[in-house]
Amino acid sequence: MESLMAVTIGVLFATAIYMMLRRSIVKLVIGLMLLSNAANLLIFSMAGMVRGAPPLVPKGLSAPAGAVADPLPQALVLTAIVIAFGVLSFAVVLVRRAWEVVRADDLDRMKDTDT
Amino acid sequence: MTPQIALPILIPLLAGAVSLVFWRSRGMQRFIAVLGTAGLLLTSIWLLVSVSRDGILVMQMGDWQAPFGISLVADLLGAIMVVLTGIIGFAVAMFSLATTGRGHEAFGYFPLMHLLLAGVAGAFLTGDIFNLYVWFEVMLVASFALLTLGSEKPQMEGAIKYVTLNLVSSVIFLIAVGLLYSMVGTLNMADIAQRLPRLDGNGMVDALAMMFLVAFGIKAAAFPLFFWLPAAYHTPPVAVSALFAGLLTKVGVYALYRVFTLIFHHDPGYTHEILLWGAGLTMLSGVLGAAAQFEFRRVLSFHIVSQIGYMILGLALFTPLAIIGGVFYIAHHIIVKANLFLISGIVHRLQGSYRLEALGGLYRQHPWLAVLFLISALSLAGMPPLSGFFAKFIVIRAGLEAGAYGVTFIALLVGLLTLYSMVKLWSEVFWKANPREDDEAPDQAIGRGELWLMVTPVAGLALCTLFIGFNAGPLYALAEASAGQLLSPERYIEAVLGDVRGGER
Repeated sequence: MESLMAVTIGVLFATAIYMMLRRSIVKLVIGLMLLSNAANLLIFSMAGMVRGAPPLVPKGLSAPAGAVADPLPQALVLTAIVIAFGVLSFAVVLVRRAWEVVRADDLDRMKDTDT
Repeated sequence: MTPQIALPILIPLLAGAVSLVFWRSRGMQRFIAVLGTAGLLLTSIWLLVSVSRDGILVMQMGDWQAPFGISLVADLLGAIMVVLTGIIGFAVAMFSLATTGRGHEAFGYFPLMHLLLAGVAGAFLTGDIFNLYVWFEVMLVASFALLTLGSEKPQMEGAIKYVTLNLVSSVIFLIAVGLLYSMVGTLNMADIAQRLPRLDGNGMVDALAMMFLVAFGIKAAAFPLFFWLPAAYHTPPVAVSALFAGLLTKVGVYALYRVFTLIFHHDPGYTHEILLWGAGLTMLSGVLGAAAQFEFRRVLSFHIVSQIGYMILGLALFTPLAIIGGVFYIAHHIIVKANLFLISGIVHRLQGSYRLEALGGLYRQHPWLAVLFLISALSLAGMPPLSGFFAKFIVIRAGLEAGAYGVTFIALLVGLLTLYSMVKLWSEVFWKANPREDDEAPDQAIGRGELWLMVTPVAGLALCTLFIGFNAGPLYALAEASAGQLLSPERYIEAVLGDVRGGER
C-alpha cells in the first residue's frame, strides 16, 4: 500500500510540474491543483498506511487497546484541503479575469510587468 | 492571564469582521480602519513592554497542554515584529483614507487590509508550525485579493506570477511540515526543537532544512527566487504596495530566523553557509536590478530584494552580533521601505506618474516632501546619522569579526550602489526641471485635508527613522536581548513546554 501511494504521489507531482511549465495559464492552474493534491496525499500517508482502529479509549482503560490510526495527519490534511480549495478557486477566477483583460492564454504575452 | 498575546491577532480579525458588517457604509469602514489599526498598535506596544519585562510569554489556546494544543508564543523578536506591524498598519490605514479610490473601497479594501494584518500578526506570534502555515495562507489570500483589486492589466499579469510562486512555496512548506511530523510526531515548534537532536541520521534533517529554506526563501524574495516580487509589487494601489513592501517579505525573513535559530541549528557549517551565499547574491542581484530600472516603484521593489540580503546575512553569520544586526535591520527596513513607497504615492498624486522621465521639479514645488524623501532614501542607503547606518554598521562589523570578508565586501558595495539608486531617484524626481512645459501643477485638484492625511503618516515614519538614528540605544538593547533569546533556544523551549518537559524525561 505504501509503495502504491508513493508512486501515485510521485506521478502527481511530476504531472503537476509538467503542467506548470507549459505556457498556457489554464494549464498552469491545472498544475497548481495537481500540486496541492499531491501534497495533501503526501501528508495523508505520513502517518503510515495502517488499518488501525479509531483512536478512542475504551471504557475502563487509560489507553486505546491495540493499534490505532494517528488522527492528526487526517486533521492536517482536512485543513490543507479547505485552504487549497479556497486559494485554488481564487486562482481560477484570477485566470478568467486575466484572460478577459489580457485576451491571451499565453504567459509569453504577459511580460509587460517584467521589463 | 495574558490577553496581550492574543489581542494583536483578535483585534484585526474583529475589525475585519465589523467592517464587513458595514459593507455599504464607506464612512464606518474608514473609521474602523483607523480605530482597528490604532488598537493593534497600542496592544502590540503593550505586548512588547510586557515581554521585555517578563521574558517570553506563552498562551495555550483552549487550555490544551503545550505539545498537544496550539500555543501562542511571544518572544522579543515576535513582539518587535508585531509592533512594527502595528506601526505600518496604522500609517497605511491613514494613508489609504486619502488615496484609495471609491471603487476599491466598495470592493472590500479595508476588510482585506485587516485580514492581512491579522495573518501577519498571527504568523509572528504562533508557536506551532502547522498554525504558521495557516497564518501564511490567511495572509496570502488577503494579499492576493488586495493585489488584484481593480483588475487592471498590469495587476493581472503581476498577480499570476505572484499567486503561482506563492502557492508553490506554500505547497513546499506544507510538504516539509508533513515530513517533519512523520519524523518527530509533533507540530509544536518548541517540542520539535527538543526532539529533533535525538534523531540519528542527519541527512533527512538537512533535506528538511533545505525545504524550509526554499519555502521561506520564496516568501522572503531571496536569490534566486525573488523574481515574482518586482513583477507584482508596483502594480496595485500605492497603499497596498507600501503594506506589502513593509510586511510581507519580512514575514518570510522572520520565519527563516525562527526556524533556523530554533529548529535547524544542528549543522551551521552546512545550512548557514548556503544562507550566506544566498544573502550575498540576493543583495547583489537586487541592487543591480534596481540600477536598470526607471520607474519609481520598480526601483524600490528591487531594493526590497537587495535589503532582504542584509537581513539573511545577519542570520547566516550566526554570531550574536550578526543576529543583533539582523533584527535591527528588519526594524529599520520595514519603516523606511514602507515610507518610501508612501512617498512615491504622494509623488504620483501630485504629478500623475511613476515613470522617472515624466517626473521632476518637486523640490521647487514641495520642498518639505523632498526633505522627507531624502531622510528615508539616505537612511536606506546607510548614511551616518540615520537608522540605516547603524543597521548596516552592525551587520558589516559582524561580518568582519566572523571573517566573512567576501560577503562583507559585497555588503559594502551594495550600500554604495543603493546610494547611487537613491541619488538617481532624487535627481530625477526632485532636482531636475519639470519636463512638462506648462509649470501648471495638477496638484490643485488635491484638497488641503487630503494632502495632510497623506503627509502625516509619511512624516511620522520619517520621525521614527530619525529617532532610531539619533537614539539607537534602546532599539539596540532590544535587538541584543532578542538575539540572546534566539541564540539560546532552550529558553524558548522551556517557556513553552514548562513542566511537561520535566515529566517526560
